[in-house]
Amino acid sequence: MIRTHQGKMGSTEICRRLVPEAISWALTRFTRLVTGAQARWIGCAPVPVQRVYFGNHNSHADFALIWASLPAELRRVTRPVAGADYWNASAIKRYIIHEVLHGVVIERSREDSAVEPVDVMAEALKAGGSLIVFPEGTRNTTDELLLPLKSGIYFLAQQCPQVEFVPVWMDNLGRLLPKGEIVPVPLLCSISFGTPLQLQPAEDKDSFIGRIRAALLATKESAQPGE
Amino acid sequence: MMSHLQTTWLMAGGILALLVLASVLGAWLKLKVADGNPHSLIDSLNIRIRAWWAMTIAIGLALLVGRVGVLILFAFVSFTALREFLTVAPTRRGDHQALVMAFFIVLPFQYFLVGVEWYGMYSVFIPVYAFLFLPILSAVKSDARNFLERTGTIQWALMITVFCISHIPALLNLRIPGYDGRNVFLIVFLVLIIQSGDIFHHVCSRYFGRHQIAPQVSPNKTAEGFVGGTASAVVLGMLLSWMTPFSVTEAALVSLACTLMGFFGGLALSAMKRDRGVRDWGIMAEGYGMLDRVATVCVVAPVYFHIVRHWWSA
Repeated sequence: MIRTHQGKMGSTEICRRLVPEAISWALTRFTRLVTGAQARWIGCAPVPVQRVYFGNHNSHADFALIWASLPAELRRVTRPVAGADYWNASAIKRYIIHEVLHGVVIERSREDSAVEPVDVMAEALKAGGSLIVFPEGTRNTTDELLLPLKSGIYFLAQQCPQVEFVPVWMDNLGRLLPKGEIVPVPLLCSISFGTPLQLQPAEDKDSFIGRIRAALLATKESAQPGE
Repeated sequence: MMSHLQTTWLMAGGILALLVLASVLGAWLKLKVADGNPHSLIDSLNIRIRAWWAMTIAIGLALLVGRVGVLILFAFVSFTALREFLTVAPTRRGDHQALVMAFFIVLPFQYFLVGVEWYGMYSVFIPVYAFLFLPILSAVKSDARNFLERTGTIQWALMITVFCISHIPALLNLRIPGYDGRNVFLIVFLVLIIQSGDIFHHVCSRYFGRHQIAPQVSPNKTAEGFVGGTASAVVLGMLLSWMTPFSVTEAALVSLACTLMGFFGGLALSAMKRDRGVRDWGIMAEGYGMLDRVATVCVVAPVYFHIVRHWWSA
């Protein structure tokens, strides 16, 4: 370290900042190109308000699509919530999730973790960022529109009741890259942002989860390409 | 017959003049007749005019590059149209391998076959080999639900968007005595008469349309529009016979065959679109898609190709 002169340090520093920026740019472009999706802001506008974007989960690409659909200034402060079992599995995935996506990595199975996943997410919100979550908890490979939702999103809302919860419905991504497949097919996808909701005072879990689910399905309906 | 260079300049100049005229007319109509307000006919005319500019520039650039340029252009058109068709297809997880094959193997290979002028193979590759092979990829995934509908849709998508469209660059492969080096005008002729038929059909339907031909399938297609569109395409075909190997009478007959095929083939494609519950193929692409623009040319291309090949090619 002592022998490293100033110029070398400078370029290392530049690399450390620019490489994630470049990967992020490439990932955004690539996602938009492959999915052909244009974001439809139906129930709200892309404004810098602290939010939790919650989407339906069919594919790994969901993650990238929500992220790529946000305007750059929102993307910088929005952190995807990701499962540690998948994203910490290899050096490349770790680099992508931490350095490029600035993800919030949580342990999905409770036993592995000393801290509650919800606390990790709430901490990220209290630091001022926005989050991307998938309340189904895992990718939906069934014929159902949505799997039963996990209750974590309710406990998150309890800790941060001032935050807007924005439903995000994505169509066709499960067909673009189904679970277990490697090569994506370039089908056109759509992504729609619905009307935000907030936890009501003294609202119970079932009511809130019910509204979260209804909001997702309503966003799907309003995004239908009609006659 | 005119020399190659004269034909090229006459054609390029004529098309550019027409486009400028159309753009000026479109802007004038928008300003004077519609007062700048939304107006369904004028707006759809203007959308078409913009598409013609894009089409002319794309084809012009491809022609400058040469045969390879034309192949790449139409391969791209096929890719975009296939993407739109399969986006609304009722496929399931088990079809993923077949879809990957359709996009990344079948499509490029069909254009490769056209490129190497292997007529015997590019005529049967999709109708026979893709037809037999792709359903196997889906079947081994052991999911039989809606199987016929799924595989049928994939096959139709490939037939229309890849097989049919690839017959446009295939026109360059034909050897027509006394017409060397000018095959490219066969493409221009086809596109011009189809586009003119389309626009006159649209206008005649709008102003004189009384009798819908198949209202459940395509409410915009009327008997009056059909007569107007067909007549205009035949007249234009006769006026443009100088750029083709056809005599004036032959040009009229070829144009008639092409517009008839285009009109009724387009009707069949509209029925498929209805069945999938979309108004436009490009519904997911926000606005007008590629397949909406090229659907008529798609269904005509192989028929036109075989007419020219059978009666004019050596």
